[in-house]
Amino acid sequence: MPVRIKVREHPELMERFGANWTPTILVLDPDGVERHRIEGFLPADDFAAQLVLGLGHMAFARGDYAEAERRFDEELRDYPATDSAPEAQYWKGVARYKRTGNAAELTATYRAFQERYGNTPWAKKASVWAPTAA
Amino acid sequence: MAIDWKTDVDAALAEAKASGRPVLLDFSAAPM
Repeated sequence: MPVRIKVREHPELMERFGANWTPTILVLDPDGVERHRIEGFLPADDFAAQLVLGLGHMAFARGDYAEAERRFDEELRDYPATDSAPEAQYWKGVARYKRTGNAAELTATYRAFQERYGNTPWAKKASVWAPTAA
Repeated sequence: MAIDWKTDVDAALAEAKASGRPVLLDFSAAPM
């Protein structure tokens, strides 16, 4: 449900939602809890990718890991060149691990970062999942 | 595709809760 706030008319809403700059976009779950935040302008593809990422985080937060994985995969498939794609790859692995309980999914995510998005902060986060020598 | 932007935050939050839909909240300084 899209809601646009004209900040010049409603500055009090910026304080209420902790928004300090425009544009700021918040993705709220049906209970009004913030699940994702975008601050500053983004080109169309990056913006769309961030919205999909937000839906993934929303599903993850409610424990619907299958839906979260589907959303993160959607971002990777539809917006692979965006800055948020590595984040989607990271969280896709986490969602799959949470869904299956199989730690091998985290190792697979580490390996995925060896193939793509290796020079990103999310690859550093996934580096802890590197397989250890026996 | 035109977007049907709502402007009443609390009404939108109530509708979202009742319908189980997420909310996209856009803080904009652009003239509309």
